[in-house]
Amino acid sequence: MFSRAYRAAITVPPLLWVAVFLLVPYAILFCYSFWSVSSSQEIVHSWTLDNYRQLLQVNVYWQTLFRSMWIATRVMIFSLFLGYPLAYFLSFHAKRKDLLYQLVIIPLWVSYLVRAYAWKTILGSDGVLNTLLQYVHLTRHPLDFLLYSPFAVVLTLTHIYTPFTFLPIYAALEHIPRNLVEASHDLGASPFQTFWRVIFPLSIPGVLAGATFAFVLSLGDFLAPLLLGGPSGIMISNIVVSLFGAAYNWPLGAAISFCMLALVLGLLFLSESLEKKWSFR
Amino acid sequence: MPSRQLARHRRYEMHEDNLAIVSEPATTGASPSSAAPLLEIRNLAKAFGRTSVLRDISLQVAEGEFLTILGESGSGKTTLLRIIAGFESASSGEILMGGERLDQLPPYRRRVNTVFQHYALFPHLTVAENVGYGLKVARLPKQEVATRVEQALDMVKMTAYAASKPAKISGGQQQRIALARALVNRPRLLLLDEPLSALDANLRRQMQLELKSLQREVGISFVFVTHDQEEAMVMSDRIALLRMGELEQVASPREIYNRPATAYTAQFIGHTNLLSGEVKDGVARCCDLSWRTGLRDGPGLFSLRPENIRLAAGTGSGSRVRFRGKILRQAFHGATELLQVECADGLALSIRTASQENWSGDVDLEFSPADAVPVRASEIRPAREQI
Repeated sequence: MFSRAYRAAITVPPLLWVAVFLLVPYAILFCYSFWSVSSSQEIVHSWTLDNYRQLLQVNVYWQTLFRSMWIATRVMIFSLFLGYPLAYFLSFHAKRKDLLYQLVIIPLWVSYLVRAYAWKTILGSDGVLNTLLQYVHLTRHPLDFLLYSPFAVVLTLTHIYTPFTFLPIYAALEHIPRNLVEASHDLGASPFQTFWRVIFPLSIPGVLAGATFAFVLSLGDFLAPLLLGGPSGIMISNIVVSLFGAAYNWPLGAAISFCMLALVLGLLFLSESLEKKWSFR
Repeated sequence: MPSRQLARHRRYEMHEDNLAIVSEPATTGASPSSAAPLLEIRNLAKAFGRTSVLRDISLQVAEGEFLTILGESGSGKTTLLRIIAGFESASSGEILMGGERLDQLPPYRRRVNTVFQHYALFPHLTVAENVGYGLKVARLPKQEVATRVEQALDMVKMTAYAASKPAKISGGQQQRIALARALVNRPRLLLLDEPLSALDANLRRQMQLELKSLQREVGISFVFVTHDQEEAMVMSDRIALLRMGELEQVASPREIYNRPATAYTAQFIGHTNLLSGEVKDGVARCCDLSWRTGLRDGPGLFSLRPENIRLAAGTGSGSRVRFRGKILRQAFHGATELLQVECADGLALSIRTASQENWSGDVDLEFSPADAVPVRASEIRPAREQI
């Protein structure tokens, strides 16, 4: 249909881009994960599995990884519980669909940093929330677990990633033919039965996609824990950042990165195959 | 008949005096049985915003009847069906089932089931689960659900596909499943929204007959929506012809074909010649043709079916109208041939005769005055009337 030159002209630039700025750096990073750092802070280019061994043996890495996964799990659950009802309402019952849809999307245009800082000013000891609580005499002293805690990280990430969960669920709900809902009512199913027997099963691909978004994006997040997490809210990405920065241990950082990459790829694969199982068109 | 309705009729009946022969006013559907009707629609109207789609619909469906709502696209037939099912609410008027108000119930509390135009089978459920859906949500015992699903699948000859997903079976098979899924609930009334429109012509004809005999067998009232007049004629006990949101005529297929009340009905159902003429002193005149009639003086409009005009043989009896015509064109229709004939005064008529190659020249033709059915001129309204 299109000439070879035309096809080459539109496919080569993006492929080149991906190759030069993604695949090549990954390859280099992969090599790094088998190298080591000498006592004189130089990279030793000899192959070793020490980094991966260290990863298995040092508890702090494991604990941080588990904490990250636990935080990501909570973010995933909360954003599903917020995103699904919102998407359902918008798709099936809202009168001004486009307006409400835009209202959900608009926060995505606000910089991530601004939103994270906003939570900092809300949750801090002199923040909006604590001031308010003391003003109405619910508390006498500022609550210090609000900021610099896993709680703050979960709250902020939920806020940031709920639209990402909302979008695929909304798309899945919009794709459900409305005559199926009518058929269900026609066959005597109440709105409640119709939701659980028809609407929800058919929206599962969207739920899986949304859950994957929230989990994977949260798992790799490092700004929210950096700004709001405090010592108890450190996540695995913060460790990677410090290993590539102040700690100057690129090989170990690369090894952790590759373990996370493998984990995420596994999750994506799993969610993909589950989505396929639950789509019927 | 309410006086408001009568007044509206008077408005567009050109010459009511000439209508003495026309049996029933179009909007009252006479029930064939004397028993109380299963479904009664009274003065129903529907408007979407300022657009009126249904006006003053009054219709009855008897127990065990096969009623077809026939109409062109945009005539409001699907909207009427959706109002009966409960997916839309009427703007005014009421619907009763067995004497009780139906229109105030949500669709899931009506003992009415629907076969949807595109079947609307649940894609995540198997054929058997689809059929059992209504029984399951009604919380019937598992054993009973299984037995009835089995019977329903057997009825539509789909037992072999019980475990298949809807995406894996053909359109005709999906249609059977949609039918089984609706009938398994033993509704008092089954609504069918152009269920055959997606099937190819041969399968469609076969399904028409199957559907009709199935309806006889189960004895459930069917309300069938279609735009296909042939389909309506083959299947129905009665046809309700809907035109631009109003009922044009409700009658049995034979009556609606042989005694159309309006010019629109005559033209929409089958093929016809419309003769516009004058009645004076008991004689109807149209161009050079004239015949005796019981109608009173005034302009007259007559429907004359092509098959009722015959080639004249011999001298003919005095009661028949004889005339000469010149054959212009002929069209082969298999068993019959449709001829276009020009008579004196430039009157063009269609005539259906036995098939024969090379019709040509002048022919003697005749028809019986009884076959020239007086019809009302149909008022021309905008397709969607603003209110």
